Amino acid sequence: MKRFRFHWLFLAGAALLPMVSPHLSEVLRPIFIMAILGLGLNILTGFTGILNLGVAAFMAVGAYSYAILTCDIYPFQLGFWGATGAAILIGLVAGVLLGLPTIRLRGDYLAIVTLGFGEIVQDSLKNLDVITKGTQGINPLPAPPHPSYFLFLGFLSVVVLINRNLERSRVGRAWISIREDELAASCMGVNVMKMKLTAFALGAAQCSLAGALWASFLGSSGEPGNYDFQISIIALCIVIVGGMGSIGGVLLGALVMVGFNTIVLETFTNFLKAHQLISSTNVFTAPGNWKYMLFGLALILMMRFRPEGLLPSKSVKAELHHDPS
Amino acid sequence: MSGGEVLLQQLIIGLSNGMIIALIALGYTMVYGIIELINFAHGDLFMLGCFCALTLVGALGLEHTGSVIVLLAVVPVFCGGMNWLVDRLAYRHLRGQKLAPLVSAIGVSFVFLNFGLFWGGLPMNVFGGGKAAAAPKDFPSLVSNANLLSESNVLFTAKDLMVVAITIPLMIALTLFVKRTRAGKAMRAVAQDRVAAQLMGIPVDRVIGQTFLIGGGLAGVASVIFSLYNNTIYFQMGYRAGMDAFTAAVLGGIGSLPGAVLGGLFIGFVRAISDQYIATRWTNVIVFAILILVLVFRPSGILGARHREKV
Repeated sequence: MKRFRFHWLFLAGAALLPMVSPHLSEVLRPIFIMAILGLGLNILTGFTGILNLGVAAFMAVGAYSYAILTCDIYPFQLGFWGATGAAILIGLVAGVLLGLPTIRLRGDYLAIVTLGFGEIVQDSLKNLDVITKGTQGINPLPAPPHPSYFLFLGFLSVVVLINRNLERSRVGRAWISIREDELAASCMGVNVMKMKLTAFALGAAQCSLAGALWASFLGSSGEPGNYDFQISIIALCIVIVGGMGSIGGVLLGALVMVGFNTIVLETFTNFLKAHQLISSTNVFTAPGNWKYMLFGLALILMMRFRPEGLLPSKSVKAELHHDPS
Repeated sequence: MSGGEVLLQQLIIGLSNGMIIALIALGYTMVYGIIELINFAHGDLFMLGCFCALTLVGALGLEHTGSVIVLLAVVPVFCGGMNWLVDRLAYRHLRGQKLAPLVSAIGVSFVFLNFGLFWGGLPMNVFGGGKAAAAPKDFPSLVSNANLLSESNVLFTAKDLMVVAITIPLMIALTLFVKRTRAGKAMRAVAQDRVAAQLMGIPVDRVIGQTFLIGGGLAGVASVIFSLYNNTIYFQMGYRAGMDAFTAAVLGGIGSLPGAVLGGLFIGFVRAISDQYIATRWTNVIVFAILILVLVFRPSGILGARHREKV
């Protein structure tokens, strides 16, 4: 049976959407950016099986690089394309720099290192306020040269195409073999360290691109606190809920998680506010207060009942439902 | 204060905070030792323990110093029970998988975080009535802050004495339990080789449950001491405390009980020294940098055994 190509459907649907509902398409832009972030993490966690709990740091690297390169208080003042390209390269270098010393660590130790890296980047951005303007963020940034909806969708399409081709390339197959059995992969001649480092570099570059687009979307680098552990976890939820290693799954995951966070929760809050059902003294009535609970339950329940995700990749599903005895 | 006194003062502060970190770290290290799971929710469990303690103080009107004993009796049971329950409901079904338990633990940590937010928002006078749910809560000062070294500039308060007086006997008891009792022996056997232990007739799931119970109980004791020592609690405190404790556990060699205590003290001292001589705002960066450096250069920690990947 030919597999249902959700990612092409998603991109085509998104391209047609502004004709149908201009309002909804406004809200969708963060979803494109988070999908790029999710695809970056998917290279690491989904393809290669490296759990990264600090992708927000790579996003911050991209956002701050873009902001410093475009804002008129700094001497660079590159245009959108130059700054975005530079942000991707800087993200790539950051990925290699973090990956080089840590790539040998066992899975969960590596996860903690990435988490620590995320905290270090966030705190350093906060403390180096001479350069980063601390909690004010760097702004204003020039607006992107094209309508941002199609610009971001275009970036997402290119990223999807690159990822799909990567997955089917020699590199992608090596990644997947590492995820399934690192030892067996190295016995079959896969250079595990090199491939993991490639995954780190390319994943970080994509996350950095997401950060650059995010900064151009906000017109500001945002404050360091925007790139906290919560963003890393949302990215992880996107990959896990959608389906590890499945590109269509990540797009669906971004739609579900971010759509839920920004559209459903917000609409519901506004509805409750309009009917005066939110009381300021009762913490349970504000839907925003349930956010952690819902993310947490999503992770727990997915792990328990559908670890392969909503739109699983074939190999992950086979791996998880295969009985070793 | 002379330079020497400043240093001594920081060492005392580091000792007390380090002991609290060590108690939390013991919970990480025990669980990791037995099922190789980084129990990400452990820091947030500690936070729930603090809220439990505050609720007890308010609901029972505990104002006397002696009521610390009530807190020490109830809060560890609550934390241990929660930890056991989470293992029973979530982690037990994921045994033997690689990333799934860790992701599940991250999920539990978020659920706990939300519990903490709700708990802080409950319409009770205990939480400093009218304060927002997320606002830090004042914990009443049950233990006196009087200096025991009356002749000196250096403060060694009744609180510091309390920390040491509770943690050291507890650590000795834990060591004896693991080394000398039948249940402790079973725990060590499961940690060594789960399948072999099962073949020898050890009820593996029950032993793992006990480990979660004891680890959670230690976090409960830590939360009582922390609340009494620092007098402020808030729902996001678990993340930082958990990261410090995890760093301590890794530093000492994860899976090793004396290692966790040593690591906790080290982190406590590093934090105190960095706060005093570098800058408070760089302290977290320094702690995480130490974590990364230790993992990169000596992943087995100070006291941990070298681990070889088996085929």
